[in-house]
Amino acid sequence: MGYSFNIPCSKNKLRMMRKFVTDVLHEHHVSDIETNMMVLAVDEVCANIIIHGHPTERDDFVKININFTNDGIWFEIVDKGAAFDIMSYNEPVLDELIKNKNKGGVGIMLVKKIMDKIEFSSTSRSNTLKLYKQVTFES
Amino acid sequence: MIEVNQTTENNYLLITVEGEADASSSIELDKQIREAMDSDAKSILVDCTNLNYISSAGLGVFMSYIGEVNDKAITFIIFGLSEKVAKVFSILGLDQLLTIKNTKEDAQAEINGL
Repeated sequence: MGYSFNIPCSKNKLRMMRKFVTDVLHEHHVSDIETNMMVLAVDEVCANIIIHGHPTERDDFVKININFTNDGIWFEIVDKGAAFDIMSYNEPVLDELIKNKNKGGVGIMLVKKIMDKIEFSSTSRSNTLKLYKQVTFES
Repeated sequence: MIEVNQTTENNYLLITVEGEADASSSIELDKQIREAMDSDAKSILVDCTNLNYISSAGLGVFMSYIGEVNDKAITFIIFGLSEKVAKVFSILGLDQLLTIKNTKEDAQAEINGL
């Protein structure tokens, strides 16, 4: 079964996206803790796209598709901004961030820790990031 | 949406955080912690009982004060994390780098050296 949602490219719209993802996952009896983890991963990806990928185009949307399999969930995040391949992104070291009093830099680390599979592809028209999480559905 | 308030109680400064600390709202959390750090308070307690969500932006705010808290020998304690928010702190091991207590009483006992 598939679900789809468009988020306007504005940081204060991230809440709407989180509510959408939370509602869909709860509908499929995913536990609160697991739901929060997946919502967090999708939130981090969308925040990155909104902050870094779309500096001027406020009218753009980021599209999220959610598809359920028997043993997990695929999240597909599609945008038309500057491509950012999180697979080839060199993660900072936590100790260095703390030493330098950085307030950011751990978003991608969270996504990689939470998700089981990450795939990135990009064309001249759009970027697609696919995230997969294995889930035990409560009956 | 976040609401952050400060009050002085007994021998510490109490910061209460309610709502969601995400990419859009964490700046408010940062502002209040900055103010508390500049206030000469030797002990700062952060009540997260009604913090429903935290993303990397919120974690980053707490992370950025770890060095200063150590340098100034400030007692900085976070308490009242819900299970799901506590899990987010533990993904990267920040629960080992910050002082986190279950309840306000536990946090008070820590300040008073009990």
